[in-house]
Parts: sequence; structure tokens; C-alpha cells
Amino acid sequence: MGEIERANSETESAGPERVGDAPADDAALTPTQDARLRVVLAKLGLDGHDRGLKVVARILRDAGMEVIYLGLRQTTDSIVAAAEQEDADAIGLSMHNAGHLTLAPAMVAAVAEAGMTTPVVVGGIVPEEDVQTLLDAGVATVLGPGASATEVAQAVRDAVAAAEASAS
Amino acid sequence: MTTRTKPSIPDLYRDARAGNRLAIGRLLTRVERGGADADAVSELAHADAGSAHIVGITGAPGAGKSTLVGELVSHLVADGRRPAVLAVDPSSPLTGGAILGDRIRMEGSQDSVSTRPAVDGDAGTVRHKPFIRSMATRGHSGGLALAVPLAVRLFDALGFDPVIIETVGVGQVEVDVVGAADTAVVVATPGMGDAVQANKAGLLEVADVFVVNKADRPGANDVRRDLELMLDLSKVTGQEAEIGYRPPIVMASALEGTGSTDVLAAVADHLAFLESTGRRDERRRHRARTEIEARLAQALHRRVADLLSSPTGVALLKQVEAGDQSPTSVTRTLLDELLASTES
Amino acid sequence: MTDRNQPAHSWEPDPESDSYRRYREAYEAAKLRDVPFETMSGVPVAPVYGDPPYPGEYPYTRGVYPSMYRSRLWTMRMFAGFGTAEDTNARFKAILRNGGTGLSTAFDMPTLMGRDSNSPWSLGEVGRAGVAVDTLADMEDLFSGIDLSGVSTSMTINGPAAIILAMYVAVAEKNGVARADLAGTIQNDIFKEYQAQKEYIYPPRPSVRIVTDMIRFTTAEMPRWHPVSISGYHIREAGSTAAQELAFTLANGFAYVEAAVAAGVDVDEFAGRLSFFFNSHSDFFEEIGKFRAARRIWARWMSERYGATNERSLLCRFHTQTAGVSLTAQQPENNIARVAIQALAGALGGTQSLHTDSFDEALALPTEKAARIALRTQQIVAHETGVANVADPLGGAPYVEWMTDEMERQAEAVFAHLDELGNGSILEGVYAGIENGYFVGEIADSAYRFEREVNEGRRIIVGVNAFTDGSEGEGDILRISAETEEMQLKRLTEVKQRRDDDAVGRALAAVTAAAASPTTNLMPPILEAVHTYATLEEIVMAMEAEFGTYVEKAII
Repeated sequence: MGEIERANSETESAGPERVGDAPADDAALTPTQDARLRVVLAKLGLDGHDRGLKVVARILRDAGMEVIYLGLRQTTDSIVAAAEQEDADAIGLSMHNAGHLTLAPAMVAAVAEAGMTTPVVVGGIVPEEDVQTLLDAGVATVLGPGASATEVAQAVRDAVAAAEASAS
Repeated sequence: MTTRTKPSIPDLYRDARAGNRLAIGRLLTRVERGGADADAVSELAHADAGSAHIVGITGAPGAGKSTLVGELVSHLVADGRRPAVLAVDPSSPLTGGAILGDRIRMEGSQDSVSTRPAVDGDAGTVRHKPFIRSMATRGHSGGLALAVPLAVRLFDALGFDPVIIETVGVGQVEVDVVGAADTAVVVATPGMGDAVQANKAGLLEVADVFVVNKADRPGANDVRRDLELMLDLSKVTGQEAEIGYRPPIVMASALEGTGSTDVLAAVADHLAFLESTGRRDERRRHRARTEIEARLAQALHRRVADLLSSPTGVALLKQVEAGDQSPTSVTRTLLDELLASTES
Repeated sequence: MTDRNQPAHSWEPDPESDSYRRYREAYEAAKLRDVPFETMSGVPVAPVYGDPPYPGEYPYTRGVYPSMYRSRLWTMRMFAGFGTAEDTNARFKAILRNGGTGLSTAFDMPTLMGRDSNSPWSLGEVGRAGVAVDTLADMEDLFSGIDLSGVSTSMTINGPAAIILAMYVAVAEKNGVARADLAGTIQNDIFKEYQAQKEYIYPPRPSVRIVTDMIRFTTAEMPRWHPVSISGYHIREAGSTAAQELAFTLANGFAYVEAAVAAGVDVDEFAGRLSFFFNSHSDFFEEIGKFRAARRIWARWMSERYGATNERSLLCRFHTQTAGVSLTAQQPENNIARVAIQALAGALGGTQSLHTDSFDEALALPTEKAARIALRTQQIVAHETGVANVADPLGGAPYVEWMTDEMERQAEAVFAHLDELGNGSILEGVYAGIENGYFVGEIADSAYRFEREVNEGRRIIVGVNAFTDGSEGEGDILRISAETEEMQLKRLTEVKQRRDDDAVGRALAAVTAAAASPTTNLMPPILEAVHTYATLEEIVMAMEAEFGTYVEKAII
């Protein structure tokens, strides 16, 4: 068994999550499908620790979201390009190497420059004293290393809802 | 559900036609969601679609399809083409979520840490950025069968060419998806019994090009031979004499950097064959028919569901439960009811 | 009445048995430390208890040497490296002053990935996770004022290892120390990069060629140098189980043996200088069982499968690091207790060398105070607890013996799978497992399982999902100033201005030519290139031109 199929054949159940069941659009000739939150997950820079990112991928998948997994060694450009093409509802970054103060704001800036309002959620190792700095720089949420699966999924949903509220 | 400010479909379509990739992304989301929005996209795209070469690529997991697609995309871009890729992956049947990870291997060497230049084309060729969209099957019966062709039609209408649909697996869904393309490419790899599996799934009958990927591995020639044998034995041989086309078997190896241009050539040859024999139109007709059938089936399916949960339906089901009527007689009654209601 | 002066069971080895006689002979021949081998209360203790095989006897389950820590305590090797080479040099000197006996170097992320400090990829990362090395000049600064013939240096680097080793040799030789006198280790374990740490540059096969070139080079010219430290630490940190750590590490070891033999080196010529690097995690007895099983498995396979006859080839000597992944950001002082217990497991498991993590490492690089406490923790284990007086003191305990067997059993199942994947070659099985995502998938599954257990509260992590009173607030954390990056960039520019660009160009061309010729050893041309002050990235690229790069498949 290989590739993404292994993860997608998991029989774990955290309860399916429908991002709002679509109203039955009876007149329409194309049937509606339930919407799913689409989240791009990536690591910026050279750091190779992807254990946390992979765990988050599974958590979000179990929470009923579609994870566009970019993984390691991404640039702000590559992440923005993916978010654009995939019409992502959120971008999740995993940080481990003390580069967060440079990299996270750079990501937020790149998203804005591309004319998008996609919220950026940061997880991993971020010292408490830096959290506010990141939030001030426009990061939507910062998740600590001990965040539970429920907290992670909820943080993403909240970030998406907040971004939509301020966009409309 | 998405409560973000919704630009109208015509607005998005206009922006997308002008090349706005954000708009394209959003249109694709509407297509996936289905409903009236998707219908609107279908109407608009129909007028502008019809020229793209639609290529379906499938094969068992681990066949290295994403890497192969990445190579193909690199070459296409270098040749001045404007490819779009739809990468389809299964959703979890339990949670409805999915992990879609194919795109990283498809993006070629553009973003790797290496500073090696990407494949060079002729100087002066305009190099378009490929558009890659991941789509999960979402588990709704028939949903994929409609989201994919509509997404493909949209890419076509927006000027992307070729439009590549990449799916994983050798099941019925894949056969249907890939069979609806102009050119169906089936990828097999040594040592995995792919050839046999492909045969069982009926992929041999829809395949227009075979690729033996990871051809540097031992057993590659065995796979080629198995495929040749199966092609000989199957009824395809009868058709081959009739049609004048036998699917070629292309050897490719990412490790050795060989084969991807051969795959492109085989795919181009197939398109040429389709056009010169008028079979391309046939494919289009077949695609349209499949789509209409799927839509009709969907619409009827909904009617049936509604009927069964209506007071009439519920009452009749209770009668079957009580043993007063047989399933077949109840079906007769309901069918009449259904046909009557559609007439009114 | 029973004679209470006669114990019901003699736990001491049977003095009449042949194996014990052999053991005693070997023990007597060993030079011992001049300390009393008694309990705190003055009770003298024997060097070993219980049944054979004894330490130093095949298959070495109970220890690699007969006299174990009575002769020499494990090396107290503390990892250091951050900021500029000068900063690290100061930290090195402090470690030597404090009684540390080996130098261990951490490099920054750009260096680990073979990029120079001025690469766009290096922005924000220069000097943060370790020391920045761009050219020979940085290596000279790193070891300035330290006599390289008098220290043992461990360098934790993989992808660009050949270049870094060449730089170390160049520094030594420029200071009058012959390469043959250099002692130390370079991690250089590329297999585990594809499996866990992801610090690869080239695809697997050319990368293994670099490793075998280094094995050939050190075998011929640096007999005191360990060219590969086959590592399980990172595999474990990535989320594997203890048995997977054990199995994948040893399998990688077997793969290197096969590769080096295929490259023409006789197994007994190099196997003795292969060493290992394990994790010491929190499940105390699982870790001890793992260490003991590692020795037994390595000895058997090297002897039975690979035909090694020299005793040194059969010894699984290893460095241990306490589990970084077990450190919590919440209530960080608790980590001191965790590390102490993990260090104890390493000592009871017979490690040759130990690094203890600092309590504040969950958040950032350690402060000097925290690093000192970590070293003191080892010193307390070594000098106050008495565990160093007796070799394999837990040997014979039913649970420990059972655990050792269980770890071995699980590992053997993995070897069988790889053997099958590789059609009778573990090397080919490892290549195949990398290609098809076997290792990465197994690790991801284990990581996910663990995470779920913690999330659901079925596995308690003190301070995180239980006993959380006191989890607010943080102490001092080490900040790397942005100045470091500026200073390093200046240094790099300076060095590039001073050097002879023609010489650099010629040397780089020679590296590319060597890369294109499979039987040419890459080390000599790389050595030439470092002497010209070619940068790390320039040399990496010179090989990349031939080898290409590697993009992994996403296995979640």
C-alpha cells in the first residue's frame, strides 16, 4: 500500500463533519455535494521535521476536511500558488526552528500580496512571548505543541469563519 | 455553506477567462459543490469548450503517476502549451475528509531546493504556469461522475490544453473517468501484478496508451510482455484490425529520466489518430451521453428517494413489511406513480 | 535450623564455569579506573552478576567490554553549536573546562542542507539551530585554540558530510595534526534521512556512494575515525516505536555493510569503526531491552550473515541521546527528571557515550545554565548512583530478559520483510522500502497512534494532559540575535573576496568529474576544493550536477 491511499483508507472515526449540509437544490441538474473545508498544510524553509504536520493532516482529515498536503521545503510562493489553485479556506504552517518570527509574517504578507484573504494558522514550537507578535503580524491563530485534535480542528474552523466574517 | 461574499458565476467566469487564477480556483469550488452554481458554469463553459485534448491517466497506487505527470507537465510547459491537471483522490468513507498530496510531485522542479533550471524549451516560447487542482471523491454516489467532466469542461473553456485527469486505482470509477477522456493512459509498474489487475478492471478495454513506469526495475520487460499478450488475447485484437489502432506500450523511468517525451508523443499520436478517423467526435458524443445519463440518473435517484419518503411511499413500504404486498407489486405501483408525476 | 550465613541462591557467577573464567581473564587484563567499586555504604561489589554470556562475550547482550564502566565511563558528550563559529568555539571551551570529554557539533539548517548562508533558502535560519559553516574559514574559527589530536569530535551532519569531514581534516592538517591522529565520528547516515530526518540532497543511490567513498577513505587514512554513526535517534523522534527504531537502524547498518563490501572493502576492515546512535525514551525497561537486543542482533548478523571474524566488527557500540521529543514546554523543569531517568536507562543499557538534553530545549536552543544541568545529571548518574560499578546490572531480571527477546523478535520480523523486498539483500530491501514509503508509513502510523493516545488521555504526559497545575509561564529562552546572520554573511563575503576564484573553479570541476566516475573516490577532490575555500554550497552543487536531487513522495 502506498501513496495517499494508505491514509485515506484509515478507518478511524472522529465523527464525520459536514461543513453545513448543502440545501437540497432540487431544481438544479447537478446534484449538490457537501462542502468541505480545504486546508493547505506546509513547512517553510529548510526544516525537515514533518511529524507534527503529518499528524495534523490526519487530524483534519478525520475532522472531515480536505488537506492539500504540500509538506517540506515550501516557499511562500509555492504555498500561495497552491492556495490559489486549490481555493484553500486556510493555510496551516508547522514551525520548529525558531524561524517563525521571519517566516510566518512573510507568509501573511505573501497571501495579502496575491489579493487573497486566506487565514494563516501556525502550529509547532512557538515561545509564548512570540505569540502576540505573530498575531499582530496577521497570523490568525497560533497553536501550541500540546493542542489536542479537537482544538486543532476547531482552531482551523474558527480561523476560516473569522476570515469570512471580516471579508464580507 | 461558505458564507463568503459570493461574486456571481458570470463575473467569476469572465475573470477566469481573462486568466485570473483565483477566479478559476473559486469556479472549481462551485463546480465541486454542484447545485445551481454548477449548472450555471456548465452553461457558460459549454459555449467555449471543445478544443482541449483531454487525457486521463490512471494506474494502481505506487505506480509513480504523479511523478510522471510532473514530467509531462514540465515538457508541455517548455513547449509552450498550457496544461491543467485534475488530481482525483479518494475521500475517507468514514469521515468524508481526504489527504490530497499528489500535487507536490507534479510541480516538477520549479520549487525544489535545487537551483537547477527547469526543463528548457525554445528561447522565446511563452511559458504558462500549469494549473493543478486536487479533487477528492467526497463519497457521494455519482458526484464525482459529474464534478470531473464539468471541471474538465471548465478548464477546456478557459483555454487550458491538454487537460489531464489523474486518478488512482483500477476500479470502476477510474474506468469511467478515464474512459471519458479523449486519450486514456494506464500506468503499470514491475512486480506488482498491475497488468493482471488492469485487465480485471476492464482498463485494457479503455486504454489508449500503456506506460510501464519505473522501467529501470527488474521485471519491466515482463510487464510489457504481459500487456502485449493480454492485448492479443482480448477482443481488442478484433477491434484493432477494424479500427487500425493498437495501444502502444511505452517504457518510462523517472530514475533514468527517460520515457516522458515518448509518452507525450504516444498521446499526441493517439489524438492525431482520433482526428483523422473522426473518432474524436465519437468520443465527445460518448462523453456527452455519459454525462447526460449520469445527470438523469441523479435526478431520478432524487425523485425515487423523495417518493419513498413521501406518505404514499411510507405507507406502501409498511404494507410490504406487514406481508400484505410483495416488493415487486409495490414497485409496480410506485413506478406508475413516478412516471405519472414526471408527466405533470 | 537453616544456616543464615549461606544465602539461598548465589547470584554471583559460578567461578568454576568456563565462561566466567574467560570473563575473569579478560577483566583482569583490563585497566580499571582508580575508584573503589563499592556501594555508598562500603560494600564491595562484583563486576558482574548472574549468568553468561558475560559482557565482552559473544553475542555481547550484556555489554561490549568485560570491564565496562569500571575501565571507562561513557563519554559525556554534550551537543553544542549555535550562532557563529566563534560563539560555538567559546561553548566548546566551556564544555572542556567543565569536564566534558568529547566535542559534539550541531550545524545550522542551511549547513545541514548544503546551502550557504547567503542562499535565499537560508533567510532567517543562519546560525539558529546550530553553527553556520560556509567555508574552511568557519571550520578554522570553530576549532581555534583546540588541539584536535587531544579531543574526540562528533559532527552531526549527513547530506554534506563528506565536505564537512574534509574541512575538519584540512583544519587539523593546517595545524600540524595528521589525519591519522584524528578521533571522532561523523554521522553520515543518509538512509535515515529518507526515512525520518529528511535532510537529504541527492537521490539514495548516489548518496550511498558518497558514504562508501568516505568509508574507503577513512579505512585507509583515518583509522581512529568513525565514518558512519548509524542512527535510530531521529527515527524515534519522528514517531517510531522502540522496536522500529531498533529494526530500521540495524537494517540500515546491514545495508551499509553490504554497500561497502560491494565497493570493495573487506568487512573486517571497516565494520569495527561503524557505530550507532540510539534514542533513550521514557519507557525505562523497553529502552534497556532495546539496547541489549541491539548488541545481540548486530553480533549475530555480522558474524553469521556477513562473515565478520574480527571481534570489533561484531560490537554494536553506541552513543545515546535522551529523547528530545519527550521534553515538554509545559513545566519545563520536569524535563530534568525525565532526562535523568532516560540517562539512567542509557547507563543501565550499556551505552558508550551519552548526551543529555537540556530542560529548556522544548522551546529553543539550551541556555548555558540548562546545558550545565544536563551535564551534571550525567555526572550524578556516573558518580553518585553506583550503577557504573556493575556491568549490565539488570541482566537476568525476568522482565528485562523477556523485553530483550521481544525487541529482538520484532526486529527480526522487519529484517525478514526487508530481505524479501530486496530479494535476499537488505541493501536492496532498504532502497525499496524508501522508494515505496514503507519506513515513512510505519513511522507515520506509530506517530499518529501515539498522538491519539495522548489526545484521548489514555497516555499520560505529566504537565500536558495531567497534573497541569503549574503549566503557565516560561523561563528564559535562548535568543539568537539577528546579528548572527549579518555577521556570517559578512564573513562569507570576505572569504570569497580573498580566495583564488580560478583555483576554486578548477577544484569544483574536478569534483563534478569525480562524481561522474563511479569508482573514483570523492574525498580527495573534495579535500582539494575545501582548501581553495570553495563554499559548502558550491561543492554540493558540483556533485548535484551529476547526481540530481530528490523529492520525496508524501506518505501521511
